[in-house]
Amino acid sequence: MTALLAAALAPVDQEYLFEARQMQALSFAVHIPLVCFGIAFPAIVVFVEWLHLRTGDPVYRTLARRWSKVMLALFAVGVVTGTILSFELGLLWPSFMATFGEVFGLGFALEGFSFFVEAIFIAIYVYGWDRLPPRLHLLSGVPVVIAGITGSLTVISVNAWMNAPSGFELRAGRVAGVEPWTALFANDFLWHELVHMYLAGYVVMGFLLAAAYAVAWLRGRRTRYVRTALVVSLTVASLAAPVQLVVGDWAARTVAESQPTKLAALEGLGATREGAPLHLLGWYVDGEVAYGVELPRMLSLLAYHDPGARVRGLDAVPVEDRPPVNVVRVAFQTMVGIGILLAAIGAVWLVVWVRKHRLPDSPWFFRAVVAAGPLSVVALVAGWVTTEVGRQPFVVYGIMRTEEAVTGADGIVLGYGVLVAVYAGLAAATGWILLRLSRAPLEDDEEAGDVAG
Amino acid sequence: MSLAEIPAVLILAGLAAYLALAGADFGAGFWDLTSYVSGGAKVREHTKRAMAPVWEANHVWLVFVLVVCWTAYPTAFGSIFSTLAAPLLLAAIGIILRGTSYAARSAGHSPAASAVFSLSSIATPLALGAAIGAIASGRVPVGNAQGDLVASWLNPTGVVIGVLAVATSAYVAAVYLAGDAERIESPELVRAFRARALGAGVVAGFLAVAGIVVVGLDAPALFDGLTRGPGLAAVVVSALCGVGTLALLWRARYESARFSAAVAVAAIVAGWGLAQAPELLPGLTVDEAAAGRDTLVALLVGVAAGFAVLIPSLVLLFGLVLGGRFDQPPAPPGPGGLRPIGPRLGHGRGPRIAVVGLLVVGTALMLLADGPLFTIGVLSLLAFVAAAFALLVSGDAVAGSHGPR
Repeated sequence: MTALLAAALAPVDQEYLFEARQMQALSFAVHIPLVCFGIAFPAIVVFVEWLHLRTGDPVYRTLARRWSKVMLALFAVGVVTGTILSFELGLLWPSFMATFGEVFGLGFALEGFSFFVEAIFIAIYVYGWDRLPPRLHLLSGVPVVIAGITGSLTVISVNAWMNAPSGFELRAGRVAGVEPWTALFANDFLWHELVHMYLAGYVVMGFLLAAAYAVAWLRGRRTRYVRTALVVSLTVASLAAPVQLVVGDWAARTVAESQPTKLAALEGLGATREGAPLHLLGWYVDGEVAYGVELPRMLSLLAYHDPGARVRGLDAVPVEDRPPVNVVRVAFQTMVGIGILLAAIGAVWLVVWVRKHRLPDSPWFFRAVVAAGPLSVVALVAGWVTTEVGRQPFVVYGIMRTEEAVTGADGIVLGYGVLVAVYAGLAAATGWILLRLSRAPLEDDEEAGDVAG
Repeated sequence: MSLAEIPAVLILAGLAAYLALAGADFGAGFWDLTSYVSGGAKVREHTKRAMAPVWEANHVWLVFVLVVCWTAYPTAFGSIFSTLAAPLLLAAIGIILRGTSYAARSAGHSPAASAVFSLSSIATPLALGAAIGAIASGRVPVGNAQGDLVASWLNPTGVVIGVLAVATSAYVAAVYLAGDAERIESPELVRAFRARALGAGVVAGFLAVAGIVVVGLDAPALFDGLTRGPGLAAVVVSALCGVGTLALLWRARYESARFSAAVAVAAIVAGWGLAQAPELLPGLTVDEAAAGRDTLVALLVGVAAGFAVLIPSLVLLFGLVLGGRFDQPPAPPGPGGLRPIGPRLGHGRGPRIAVVGLLVVGTALMLLADGPLFTIGVLSLLAFVAAAFALLVSGDAVAGSHGPR
C-alpha cells in the first residue's frame, strides 16, 4: 500500500504548469466578484425590506424585490462557477489534493453546508415574496446572510492554511498527526483574510450597484427609486472602503511576520536592510525598484510600526524560492492605489450625505462612481493576485511547490482554451441577464404609483 | 462498518440524492429539447416553473460528494480527477453552461439560452455517467494521471452508464413533472408527462438490461458484484421499484411514483457501491484509501452538524414547493408590517456619538494594540460599519421627497 501511495504522490513532468496556473486564476477571477454579491447583497436586500416593513414606503419594497431577482441570478452563476473551482482542484492539482486533502478538506466540507443553506433560503426568499407572511419572509432572508459569513469563513480557512500551513507533520512525503480543526481555525492568517475579504464584498457590491444607478442618474432618471438605490449602495461601500485601509494594514503586518518573502516581493525589496524605504510605482530590476518614488523608512514603519525596523529582502531566500516580483508588486500597488481612491470617493459621499442629506450636485462625482464599480473589481482581483502569486512557487507555503501539485494529464492547453471561450459566453450571458432585469418595467414590482415619481 | 467506510456511504448517499434530485433537473432539460418536436412552449414553461426554486439546492449534492471524497479519500480523489480529466472537464463545462443558460432563460425569452440549456442538460449526466463507468470498471489506477486520458471512460461500460444516466434522468424528471402537473391541476400536462414517464421508464429499463449485458462482456468484476450477494439484492430492489413506478404511473398515483422512482435510482447507486466493495480503485481498498482517524472524526462531526441544519431546511423548502405554496399567485401584501419607526432612527445625538466612538476606538486599537485589545478593535470597526449604515440609511431623506430630489 505504501508503495502505491508513494507513486500517487510522485511529482510529474508537466510542460504546461503555467497554463494550469492561468486556468485556475481565470476561474477564480470569474468567481470572486460573484462571491461579493453572495456575501454582501443578501444583508443589504434584507435591510431594505426591513426598511419597507418599518416605514411602509413602497419604494423600499420595489428595490428589495428587484434586487432579490438580481441576487438570485448572480447566485445561480456563482453556484456553477464555484463548482468549477472545486472540480479544478482535482483536475489541475491532484497531487496537492491527494497529499493534503485530509488536512484542509474539512473546511470545504463545512462550506458545502453553508452553500446548501444559502441555496435553500435564497430560493425561499425570492419565491416567497407575497406568498409568505411579511415577517416570515424577512426572516427567511436571514439564514442567507449567516451562510454568507460562515461560507467565507470556511473557504478562507483553507486559503489561510495554504499560506500558513500547520496542524500536521510530514513523514516520508505523507501527512501524519493531522489536526484538522487546528490547521484551519487556529490559523494566524484566517482572521485578517476573512475580514479583508468580507469587507471587500461590501465594497465591490456597493460600488458596482452604485455605478449602475449613477449611470441612470447621469442620464436624468432622477427618480425616488434611483435615489434610494444610490443612497443605500453608496453608503455601504463608502463605509466599508476606508475601514478596508485599516484592515489592509493588519494584513500587511501579518504578511511581514509570517511571509517575509511575500512582503519583500510586494515591495520590491531586494536586499535585507534596516529602515527600509517604500517605493511607489516603478519596476523591479536587478534587486531594486527603478523609476519609483522612494519614501524613506516608510516600509519599516508600515510593516513593523517602527521606522528603523529590519525588513527581510528577497535575498534571504534562493532565487528559485522567490515569487515573480513584478506581478506581485504591480498587483499590490494596483490594489492599494484603487483602495485609496475608493476610500476618497467614499469620504466625499459620507461628508455630503451626513451634512446635507442630499446627493452631490456635481456630475463628476457620479462619473467617479461609475468608474469606481469596475475599479473595485480590479482591486479585488489584484488583491487575490497579490496573495496567491505572492505565495509562489509554493502551493502550500514553504512545504509543497506548485510544480509538485500539478496533474500529469495531457490537454491542459486545450482545456484552458475551451474554458476561456466558455467564460466569455458566461460573461456575455450575465451582462444580458442584468440588462434584462434592469429593463423590466418598474411597475412589475410595485403596487403604489409612488415610486417612479 | 468501520470508521473508514462511513464516508464512502455518505458519498454514495450524496450521489443517490444528486441523481434523484439534480438528475430530475437534467431530465427536465431533456424534455425541454423534445418539446420542440412535441409539447411546445407549455412543456417548457412547466419544466422551468417546477425546477426554479429547487435546482440550486439540488446541485449542491455534487459539491457534497466532492468535498467528502477529497477529505476522506484524498489519494483516490487525486487519482480519479487526474485520469478522468476529460469527462470531468466536460461535465464541468456542462455545469457552467447549464447554470448560466438557466439564469438567462429565467431573465427573459431566449431561444439560444434554451438550446444551450437542453444540450448541456444532456451532456453533463452523459459525462458524469461515463466517469462513473470508468471507476466502476476498474480503469482508474492509483496515481497522478496513470490511466488513459480517453480509453478510461470512452469504452462500452462508460458509454452505457452515461446513456443510462441520461435516460434515468429523463425518466425521473417525467415522473416528478407529472406529479407537479397534477398539483397545479393541469390535466393536459399530467397526460403529457405521464406518457413521457411511461415511455422513458420502458426505455431506461431496456437500457438497464442491455447495460448489464455490456458490463458482463466489458467489466466482468463489476458484473460479478452486481449479480451476486448484496449487489444483486440492490439491483433487484431497483428493478422492482422501477417496475412499481410504472404501475403507479399507470394508475395515476403520481406522489407515490415520485418516491418509488427515487428509491429505484438510490438502489442502483447502492448496488454499484456494494458490487465494488471493499475496493475503491484497483488495488486500493476503502480502508487503505481513508484519511487518518482524526480527519475522519472531524469530518463526521462536521457532516453531522451540517445535516442538523440541512435536513430541517430541506424539509422546509420541499414542504413549501410540494405543498404548492410557490404555485399560488402572489397575494397582494396586506398589513403586517412592523411598528413604524419615528421620524428618523437615531435622531438624537447619542447614537451618533456612539458610532463615531466605535470608529475612533476601533482604528486606534487596530493600529496600536495587540492581543485581545486588537480583536476588540476589529470588532469595533465592523460594528462601526454596520451601525453607521443603519444610522445613515434609515431616515426620511433616503428616498427623498416625492418628485425629483
